[in-house]
Amino acid sequence: MTIQAASDALVSLNGVNKHFGQLHVLKDINLQVKKGEVVVVIGPSGSGKSTLCRAINRLETIDTGEISIDGKKLPEEGKELALLRADVGMVFQSFNLFAHKTILENVTLGPIKVKKLDKATADKDAMALLERVGVGQQAPKMPAQLSGGQQQRVAIARALAMKPKVMLFDEPTSALDPEMINEVLDVMVQLAKEGMTMIVVTHEMGFARKAADRVVFMADGQIVEDAKPEEFFTNPKSNRAKDFLSKLLTH
Amino acid sequence: MNTLLNNSDLFITGFRNTLILFIVAGIFALILGTIVAALRVSPIPAMRAAATLYINVVRNTPLTLVLFFFALGYPKLGLVEIDFMTAATVGLSLYTATYVAEAVRSGINTVPVGQAEAARAIGLPFTQTLTLVILPQAFRAVIPPMFSVFIALLKNTTVAAGFSVAEAGAIRSNLSERGEPAMAGLLWVALIFVLIVFILSFVQRKLEKKWKVAR
Repeated sequence: MTIQAASDALVSLNGVNKHFGQLHVLKDINLQVKKGEVVVVIGPSGSGKSTLCRAINRLETIDTGEISIDGKKLPEEGKELALLRADVGMVFQSFNLFAHKTILENVTLGPIKVKKLDKATADKDAMALLERVGVGQQAPKMPAQLSGGQQQRVAIARALAMKPKVMLFDEPTSALDPEMINEVLDVMVQLAKEGMTMIVVTHEMGFARKAADRVVFMADGQIVEDAKPEEFFTNPKSNRAKDFLSKLLTH
Repeated sequence: MNTLLNNSDLFITGFRNTLILFIVAGIFALILGTIVAALRVSPIPAMRAAATLYINVVRNTPLTLVLFFFALGYPKLGLVEIDFMTAATVGLSLYTATYVAEAVRSGINTVPVGQAEAARAIGLPFTQTLTLVILPQAFRAVIPPMFSVFIALLKNTTVAAGFSVAEAGAIRSNLSERGEPAMAGLLWVALIFVLIVFILSFVQRKLEKKWKVAR
């Protein structure tokens, strides 16, 4: 990657290393994501793809290297870090909706407390977002009353409510029943079409083919391939990727 | 029954003081205990250490000694003078706060780590993550042990009688001075305590129902 390309990257990881004890989970990771780009990260479990995703908003600390968002280096702690996180939306595998708050309150909490929006405006924006992801009817309910697919769509709305510069998805459909996966993927495809910058860790190859600009294949803590989806799926270069893809297609 | 009716003044003053001690110390212990629990999960090591030290020292000291310190030791330090009632309130608050802190901390541990991660991911700083997301769920999870702590506090107030505070635990000695049968007096005191605890348990059940968090 040239220096020119690196400097206009919205998300930039340079020489990132991380260990969990003896385990070297991220090995010298270099990744640049431009504004509006949709990057899908795939790979076998334990390859470090979730850790990579979580490192981008510092839910995981890194040992060495540098991560910057929109040209700003990730701060280590405190207010600065909190402010930067507000610009990075995150959707988790297990939804993580605030269990003691209604659906509407889940979405408005960030805008009211972090962005200091007044409640009326925050409510109005939140309702618009909930309608957009198709769960407007559920606004007064508690998270546990919703299906997994609905909860995950609320989680996407909650992240969008902060008007993030980039959205991170950490296996957003892995905890869902099969019939609910598509309703979440549809929202994500729509989001990609609207030009949102997205980094998506997933096992949904269909989504990667349909919505990704680039596919990043990880194995054993390293980025093994970084290619356009068509190229990656039809003509993977590394044996590791060929092996991974062949296992997927067996069933 | 006569023991109770003929000495209702003693019972009323006694239990009034008990309830004042209980409510004031309860509120302070709740606030202080929550702060200490928050410090124990703080990202700053010095704060965690301070909170742990406080809990270990005060919780491991018998309540009588804590009260002894405030009633007899503290005045010798030459600081602001306090009466026995205030001394008892301070002692009970500091003592009970350690138990509250541990109850709250166990509550914090029941809240899935994903809740805190989600809060941090939308840009909430540590304090707000704690006060807006973690603590409200932690409290809901620890209502039963928390009420046990408060019931213990209610009964612990009788220890203050040993330090010239005219609360319910002092009723018996006052009755003896009036030549009333001490045994009957004690039974009445016990009965009224049981009654107050029943009321507390009732409140506990109501709160548990109202604050149930479904996951």
